[in-house]
Amino acid sequence: MSTAPTAVQPLPRGSLARTVGRRARDWAPAAIVFVVGIAAWEGLVRGLDVERFLLPPLSDILQTFWEQRDTFVSAGLFTFKEALGGFAIGASAGILVAIVLARWRWLGAALLPYAIAANAIPIIAFAPITNNWFGILSPASKMAIAAVICFFPVLINTLRGLTSVQPAAIELMRSYAAGELEIFRRVRIPNALPYIFTALKVATVLAMIGAIVGDYFGGSDQALGILIRRSAGIFAFEEAWAAILVACVLGIAFYAAVALVERLTMGWHVSSRGSE
Amino acid sequence: MTRAPVVALTGVRKEFGRGGVVALEGIDLEVAAGELVSLIGPSGCGKSTLLRIVGDLTPPTSGEVVVNGKSARQARVDRDYGMVFQDAVLYDWRTVAKNIALPLEMLGWDRKRRAERVEEMVGLVELTGFEGHHPWELSGGMQQRVAIARALSFDPALLLMDEPFGALDEMTRERLNMELLRIWQQAESTILFVTHSISEAVFLSTRVVVISRRPGRIAGIVAVDLPQPRTVETREDPRFFELVTEVRELLRAGRGVGAVDAVDEEVAQ
Repeated sequence: MSTAPTAVQPLPRGSLARTVGRRARDWAPAAIVFVVGIAAWEGLVRGLDVERFLLPPLSDILQTFWEQRDTFVSAGLFTFKEALGGFAIGASAGILVAIVLARWRWLGAALLPYAIAANAIPIIAFAPITNNWFGILSPASKMAIAAVICFFPVLINTLRGLTSVQPAAIELMRSYAAGELEIFRRVRIPNALPYIFTALKVATVLAMIGAIVGDYFGGSDQALGILIRRSAGIFAFEEAWAAILVACVLGIAFYAAVALVERLTMGWHVSSRGSE
Repeated sequence: MTRAPVVALTGVRKEFGRGGVVALEGIDLEVAAGELVSLIGPSGCGKSTLLRIVGDLTPPTSGEVVVNGKSARQARVDRDYGMVFQDAVLYDWRTVAKNIALPLEMLGWDRKRRAERVEEMVGLVELTGFEGHHPWELSGGMQQRVAIARALSFDPALLLMDEPFGALDEMTRERLNMELLRIWQQAESTILFVTHSISEAVFLSTRVVVISRRPGRIAGIVAVDLPQPRTVETREDPRFFELVTEVRELLRAGRGVGAVDAVDEEVAQ
């Protein structure tokens, strides 16, 4: 009664200004590298007179982008939709299958070795095949590639998250007479969330790669991958680079969006604890 | 003392594997309402297994387990058990308040009633001010207090504690011993408590059940006649030392001659 609670007091939460200041300090090194990198690119390419087909100056690329921004943006969005569709299909299928395999372990034991083996297949090699299956001009053929690429990492990570629960955590739920469904809802799924988000972040990048490389094997004139391939083919290197830049920006934005959702839904997680 | 026992074990036997190791044999034990009974014995003697059998987390190979006049399974379905493990087993994604409220949510209590009870429990384990914290922001001792509050929140008929303070340092452990006694008296609960610390068992319990090793049998039961409520001075009472000695000798007898020193070492911590 006497000594217990005074030993530790609730942790003070940092003030907003301090948080912002710390954030700025955390990000400063990265920002400096960014600026120096861009300056070096521009300076070296111009100073050493690097050939245009090797690497054009960034300013030329940006100028080209600006002049044809409508084309680039619409191509970017077209391919982003392919990636997003594939991501949605592949990731939800991965999560659903993981839940089924975690619920019925014998099924997992029977199927998992094949899932792991399939994970090692270079799925992009199937792009010409999916073009035949779903139509070369249809976004569905690219979505199929993106979906299959996203599926395995999401499946395997989710399954690990669902099954790597402390045995005592399950026993505790059983002592409350919880059924399987309730154990899933209250323990396994929250436990798997950090694993799922890690997989989803990886999957955003994979989905963009799948969609763009899928385009390389033939697709609609409006697609970003086609634009890159065609521009490079006719020595319009600034166009090709501008399109690649669009792909980078979309990929990073996609990743950041998922990371933001992660932060909002999982403030509790260890990785969000900050540096104290 | 004539009330029906909360726990009644008759001829409980537990074998692991087919015709394999006999972990427990011939266990007969009754625990009355309001008792705090400790199970003590060397590692591997089956004391945790016995606790899990009472809690219907593992079935006995044979024998009868009656809790509150019904089967252990029915008692579990009726949510008669509050469990506390050596690890606090708090859910990281829930705050302190929400961890304590978990069993209440499962019982279908409404929000207002839950909040009231959580406030009460947080006060009982002296964690007021920490309701919004997450488990990883707390020390090991505080986490274990949350686990105790959670186990008590729904007023279970029986509290099953499996070495709840085993992972804590000596000072925290003694402080939590005091707190557990205070909570036990305030909440008028019945507790079955597994430990391998002799002094902890004697200090806390109304009775200490000594279990021998392989197969685990009841080597003896020591009724602790130290005055209630126990205080810091209890540990210095000559009677306390006599009882500690009595338990230690039962442990030696249970282990057999020749390995006395090993028992002492194992049981000391």
